[in-house]
Amino acid sequence: MNWELFFDKWLPKMLDGAGVTLELLAIAVVAGLILAIPLGIARSSSKPWVRALPYSYIFFFRGTPLLLQLFLVYYGLSQFEAVRQSWAWNYLRDPYWCALITMTMHTAAYIAEILRGAIQAVPTGEVEAARALGMSRSKALLYIILPRAARIALPAYSNEVILMLKASAVVYTVTLFDIMGQTRTIIARTYQAELYFFIAGLFYLAITLVLTQIFRFIEHKLRVDMLQGR
Amino acid sequence: MIDLQGFGPALLSGTWMTVQLSLASVALGLVFGLLGAAGKTSDNAFARLLGGSYTTIVRGVPETLWVLMAYFGTVSAMNFIGGLVGHDDFALSPFAAGVLALALCFGAYATEVFRGALLSIPKGHREAGLAVGLSRPRIFWRIILPQVWRIALPGLGNLYLILLKDTALVSLITLDEIMRKAQIASNATKEPFTFYMSAAFIYLSLTVLVMVALHFMEKRAAQGFARNEL
Repeated sequence: MNWELFFDKWLPKMLDGAGVTLELLAIAVVAGLILAIPLGIARSSSKPWVRALPYSYIFFFRGTPLLLQLFLVYYGLSQFEAVRQSWAWNYLRDPYWCALITMTMHTAAYIAEILRGAIQAVPTGEVEAARALGMSRSKALLYIILPRAARIALPAYSNEVILMLKASAVVYTVTLFDIMGQTRTIIARTYQAELYFFIAGLFYLAITLVLTQIFRFIEHKLRVDMLQGR
Repeated sequence: MIDLQGFGPALLSGTWMTVQLSLASVALGLVFGLLGAAGKTSDNAFARLLGGSYTTIVRGVPETLWVLMAYFGTVSAMNFIGGLVGHDDFALSPFAAGVLALALCFGAYATEVFRGALLSIPKGHREAGLAVGLSRPRIFWRIILPQVWRIALPGLGNLYLILLKDTALVSLITLDEIMRKAQIASNATKEPFTFYMSAAFIYLSLTVLVMVALHFMEKRAAQGFARNEL
């Protein structure tokens, strides 16, 4: 084991990879949350025709593997001449954008389902009280239901972020240099598969543990435990 | 009807491979899960530590990494074992490596499901078994396990649905399942969207089939038990 080479060459590469992974993850879970809010609200609607569209979206994205969705966006869309001629092709031929789009749409489906659960878990009495006080439906949604649902959904959301961190490891298949991508390149150069897979595992484990602590802190700040209605 | 250009049978054989892979993984994964849960609920501090580190480490590292590690990271270890018995060319097949990796991940999550179920069984049942003179293994098989099965089944069903999608990752180590068949077909026909979309529909149909099967299994396992109806 050449430690000098490791610290000068391979470790900075791994850290670069960790940067890419974290960047993709951060953008995807935030953009996914924004996309999920209207989806989750529509999904918990009492009208079947409003529910149908988000339901099929969620069904598709939760029922197929992320790897498949990634290939569908990165390789699949290029099948259509119309896509290749359009302005969107500037983004869709870039693996980074493809990974970002896929991860965002994938996680949005899961977050929307979490939000639906949370919205439905808001005690009916509180919603009725808001309506009785003369709040309009949209006002009750904005000031009572959503803030309450956000706190109910937070623990599940933090789980989803960690699941996405792990799921993001497939983006190396579209030539991105995230942690897995860098690990694969280093292994191709050093032939030390066991060692570098182990180090990659440590990177993911460390990120998971840090994220868990961050969400624990946020939950503490928002007093999630006090509001679970237990 | 979509034109599969003669790749229909290939996709079907890929589907069969995916089904075999997922069933083999779940069989081994249930064993891992039971062992993990036995460790985590044990009186022995060392067994608890072992069970705890198993779940923390396996759940903190991406499934993709486990799959690659099981295939590329075991080469020298398998060579060493092979050397002991006089065959230098020992190696895990993609199928075996896939089963190992997926079972490891399934087992880590199943540990928590089984642990919850084990803890929910009243102590009196075990004591009653001892009082009528049953041996410990027999108490486990005849009294504890059937009840654990009923309580754990919904959770395990969810995990199986997740595992079914994770089987796509085994295409990365060249096992000929749905994902890889779709990849081969789209490379040959230059119609990636058609084939990845077909693969997506196969995954969705498998998901629906499994959900129906689970519904009946849960009904069967819960025979004679009243359910909370909200």
